[in-house]
Amino acid sequence: MILYNRFTLDNGLTVLVHEDNATPMAVVNVLYDVGARDENPEKTGFAHLFEHLMFGGSINIPEYDEPLQRAGGDNNAYTTNDLTNYYCQLPAQNIETAFWLESDRMLSLAFSEKSLAVQRKVVCEEFKEHYLNKPYGDIWHKMRDLAYKVHPYKWMTIGRELSHVENAHIDDVKQFFFKHYRPLNAILVVAGNVKTDHIKRLAEKWFGPIPSGEKYVRNLPQEPVQLEARKLHIEAAVPLDAFIKTWHMDARLEKGYYVADLLTEILGGGGSSRLYQALVKEQKLFSNLDCYHFGTMDAGLLTIEGKLVKGTSMEQAENAIAAELEKIQQTPIGESELTKVKNRTESVIAFEDMSVMSRANSLAMYELMGDAALMNTELNKYRNITTEDMTAYSQQIFRESNSNTLYYHAK
Amino acid sequence: MTLNRTITPPITDAVSFDLQLKKCNQYQLDNGVPVYSLDAGTQEVLLIEWVFYAGNWYEEKNIVAATTNFMLKNGTDQRNAFSINEHFEFYGAYLNRSCYNETATITLHCLSKHVSELLPVVAEIIEASVFPEEELNTYRRNQKQKLEVNLKKCDFIANRLIDEYVYGIQHPYGKYTSTLDYDRLNREELVAFHQRFYAEGNCTIFTAGKIPANLNKQLNEIFGKLPLQQKPTPVIDHPLHPSTEKKFRIINDAEGVQGAIRMARPFPNRHHPDYSKVQILNNVFGGFFGSRLMSNIREDKGYTYGIHSYIQNHIHDGAWMISTEAGREVCEATIEEVYKEMQVLCSEPIDEEELSLVRNYMIGSVLGELDGPFQLISRWKNYVLNGVDENYFYNSVAQIKTTGSEELQELAKKYLNPDSFYELVVI
Repeated sequence: MILYNRFTLDNGLTVLVHEDNATPMAVVNVLYDVGARDENPEKTGFAHLFEHLMFGGSINIPEYDEPLQRAGGDNNAYTTNDLTNYYCQLPAQNIETAFWLESDRMLSLAFSEKSLAVQRKVVCEEFKEHYLNKPYGDIWHKMRDLAYKVHPYKWMTIGRELSHVENAHIDDVKQFFFKHYRPLNAILVVAGNVKTDHIKRLAEKWFGPIPSGEKYVRNLPQEPVQLEARKLHIEAAVPLDAFIKTWHMDARLEKGYYVADLLTEILGGGGSSRLYQALVKEQKLFSNLDCYHFGTMDAGLLTIEGKLVKGTSMEQAENAIAAELEKIQQTPIGESELTKVKNRTESVIAFEDMSVMSRANSLAMYELMGDAALMNTELNKYRNITTEDMTAYSQQIFRESNSNTLYYHAK
Repeated sequence: MTLNRTITPPITDAVSFDLQLKKCNQYQLDNGVPVYSLDAGTQEVLLIEWVFYAGNWYEEKNIVAATTNFMLKNGTDQRNAFSINEHFEFYGAYLNRSCYNETATITLHCLSKHVSELLPVVAEIIEASVFPEEELNTYRRNQKQKLEVNLKKCDFIANRLIDEYVYGIQHPYGKYTSTLDYDRLNREELVAFHQRFYAEGNCTIFTAGKIPANLNKQLNEIFGKLPLQQKPTPVIDHPLHPSTEKKFRIINDAEGVQGAIRMARPFPNRHHPDYSKVQILNNVFGGFFGSRLMSNIREDKGYTYGIHSYIQNHIHDGAWMISTEAGREVCEATIEEVYKEMQVLCSEPIDEEELSLVRNYMIGSVLGELDGPFQLISRWKNYVLNGVDENYFYNSVAQIKTTGSEELQELAKKYLNPDSFYELVVI
């Protein structure tokens, strides 16, 4: 059970405090309700580029990192298709430094042309390092584009193409900031060796004076039900054929999400999972095989992905996966196998909750989903899933018409 | 009253903190296996690590140590690979194994309540792994495929080559794997290596987390009767054969849009008096986000997504390494900037403002790393395996607080001279 206190400032900023006096440290986590899904299709990669710019100086403080490091702290940030999250950890005595820094960059950035020019280059190098200069690096660019026709999950967080990042203009930066980086669209979580009263005073002092801004109302085109299987063949200079197939699954808060999560565990979670045992160990068709999803807020994709053992045809590989999926649709999963994946989920949650930083991060995430209290009911949602749920949901999603297949051929 | 946001709130200098390393409980099993135990944390979780002197330092043929370690989960005289995996996974536990240079480990993460179901199977793996031929064939084929993919990556190639230049291709720190090595492996070698270095090997156990009251007793009953610590670990001397040439440019992918840059020079291990002090110099140079390399090459020039320098954590000989992936057209310019930064460190003392920032940052990081049982035991493990004790911790902290800019400049002159660095770009 993770305990916390919640209050809201007059400007609409939500603040959560999680006290843990076993640690000498404090964590300040600021989550902004904006991700790559909120981008203009012609200016993709912007939410992530923007994350870089948040370190390029704010209106009253020329340098973000330096004062934090001087206070013994460290920080980082990440952007996903759904949200942008900034977090820092520092000795609890120095927590006011984090309030000072975080509130100033919520008040306003410096909008430095130099910072924009440099970070455009840095992000282009990041793009190259992770997606262009790696074998199979473009798989998810292709797959997203195949699986989503209208929803902005069509593109990757890094952006659809280098030119979108290269062309980012300072006016875009300003507009984006004042639309999304406002107290009404943010959640502040403070955790560690802190007291709620003190945090309340600090929050009012530093964040209280920031204009609340307008609440961003998200109105994204939802992906229509897919009615026909989509297939794409590509050729690339890679050593091995790869096979990637996805099926649309439910959004983060739907019951189907939890069932899908357990299905990925049954199919691909660990050395005793079904796909690994049948297709890597027994039939020896794949040299590696993974089954996963990204846990996205809107409807996501359940994915099976693997590299083929040389000599295996795409058809053999696809049929063997289909046979395993048919099994899971037709034969009820035994109690012991279901218990196994539930036990695994219990332990994943326990390990995640070990670090105060990860607790702070989770609280912000669940608050974004509607209520931080969801964090404490999560395990029960998994526990309540039955064999019947698993069978029914696997029949619902593992339909050919709901699928997207990428055949990645070695040239 | 209006808030003046240009004024920094007062801070407590981290260097004034009195850092204390939580003590580790030590005892021995009946057969002499040492156990280091750290009872801490709020979650009902547990980590147990078995460390064997079974790294590639002790193999007679390439990849025997790594393969033996990998295949520990692939069958015992009582269970096949599937049932081993199923057993641990049923309890939501993770059994991992890793092979390093001197040591090789088996690591268990589990909920404390399940530990007694899991320990006997770990013992079985140590005592009675059988290395089935069919499993070896599957492993061989899949690893070869994986290697083929990795060989397309410039960073992977660069990491292999730079170690080869510094230590020599025959040295455990410098050698690497070819697909032929997989073909040459045979089952008997694995069986013999396992027998000598696991079943009858030398083992040290580390445990951390919420430790159940009877864990000591359970460990002793299960692992205290195994024939471990009977023979001393062989003392093997591996001479270094560093490359005589220093500069290398390699094209691995003619179409590549980035180059992997590695620069390295030999550096002593942590028993050398310079070691802790150089950690400070390294932080200034390229050891954290605010370092000079990062500020210049990423934040000013935008040549790379990230650039880092670090001292390799080796038990015997080490190296001081600089590592980055930079745009293909700016690789040479990046190297030039690295040398410039070395030059500045040699010719100008670090000013007090920068040095105090780095000191505070380092102490703050250590404080953060002392938080949580798994991080703590990992620090202790590092000390035990490197043959140092808690005095090492207190000395390093004192060095961070007191080493002055003059001494750091002397160290820069001693180590950061371009001629002593190997230099490699792989595109």
